[in-house]
Amino acid sequence: MSHILCIGTEKGLFTARSEDDRKTWEIGPPQFQMTNVYAVGVDKRSSTTRLLASVTSSHFGPSVAVSDDLGATWSEPDEPPLAFPDSAGVALVRVWQFAASPTAAGVVYAGTQPSALFKSTDGGESYDLVPGLWNHPHRPEWGAGFGGQAIHTVLPHPSDPDRLLVAMSTGGVYRSTDAGESWSPANKGIKAYFFPDPWPEFGQCVHKVARDAGDPERLYAQNHHGVYRSDNGGDSWESIADGLPTDFGFTMVAHPSKPGVVYTFPIEADGSRYPPDFRCRVYRSTDAGAAWEVLQNGLPPNDFYPVVLRDAMCTDDAAVTGVYFGTRSGEVFGSADEGDSWSMIAEHLPDVLCVRAFQV
Amino acid sequence: MADDASTVPVTVLVPGVLRAECGGESTLTLRSGPTLGALLDQLGATHPRLHRRIRSERSEIRRYVNVYVDGEDCRLTGVLTTPLRAGAEVQILPSVAGG
Repeated sequence: MSHILCIGTEKGLFTARSEDDRKTWEIGPPQFQMTNVYAVGVDKRSSTTRLLASVTSSHFGPSVAVSDDLGATWSEPDEPPLAFPDSAGVALVRVWQFAASPTAAGVVYAGTQPSALFKSTDGGESYDLVPGLWNHPHRPEWGAGFGGQAIHTVLPHPSDPDRLLVAMSTGGVYRSTDAGESWSPANKGIKAYFFPDPWPEFGQCVHKVARDAGDPERLYAQNHHGVYRSDNGGDSWESIADGLPTDFGFTMVAHPSKPGVVYTFPIEADGSRYPPDFRCRVYRSTDAGAAWEVLQNGLPPNDFYPVVLRDAMCTDDAAVTGVYFGTRSGEVFGSADEGDSWSMIAEHLPDVLCVRAFQV
Repeated sequence: MADDASTVPVTVLVPGVLRAECGGESTLTLRSGPTLGALLDQLGATHPRLHRRIRSERSEIRRYVNVYVDGEDCRLTGVLTTPLRAGAEVQILPSVAGG
């Protein structure tokens, strides 16, 4: 059994591989050099694991590449794999998220900047705009966070192909119950302190949403200040920030198989983007956010200043779940025991934008 | 494109970083309509991977790609309407950006 960790950075994609159950890792050279890799997708629905990479050159624009040999080689089509139609009047900046449908073979969704959802039916090689969301009457009022206006979360329902949830910064959470034909905001209870009315129907700056392993109606959200849970598929949200040192951050990762288990890496505040107390600490809840425990065994004990971006934390699919995160100062940490203990996997990489891990 | 009076022969100089997108060639010789826009449209048909590195799906030249026609920055000469003479040399260069 091998474990693979894909590390998307500001200057390319690094792939780490462990052959000793995640005790040691060998890190390969950067691929897609001098591109930023905001998203990696891992599609294990068929016998061949397919990797998808969002690669964006500051000079030569965005693209999506796929690999069917665990990242040894990558391919791109001649024509743009993902582009806005002429009628949209905009150009793709980059892909922020991939999500393979658990219910429809070949279907892969991509969330993009500017905020839009695309759908592929050929396993992620080519995509078409989902017009129902693009034509939503709210779209002209969706804003942009500091990182750009993007759909960064795409959660297909695990058993119902008609149900989809996306989250965007800014704009908030939207849901579809008709396979993307129509969409409704789902932000009741999520605060938008930066508006005169802090409880709008939409416009929230949701940073990340994760779905519980056991209950598909249970969702966790890290907001631009505010940590929330929904027990009704997004109909309403309640705070689960008590027990965390702060309610700001970007990450929110649910355990892949244990209900109620969720991880996050808090950040001090919007205006103070350091880990609380300048300490490198992951927080875990095992009761769906009712209480949180600090995880720091093996993490740097001294002053620590970088943050973890929204897709720079993940779990793997091993029997004993691994947890990983990367920082904007190019360090990657991993735990092979669900967060109980940690070790450094890599350092001195470029800014880490995303991590994705799996076993083969 | 047909070799007729409406087209002109053009040489395109490809920077090293983009040569993998056109079979490793450093120079492309082709005929196009008499404007830079027509040439880039032609590239889109004959060399789509190279073309999409230069222009977005909105047909705009990417911000950090510079195109010189006979040594003149196309952004100062009409961008896509920049005229091409017979024998024009079109040089594609990445701009000074990034790090």
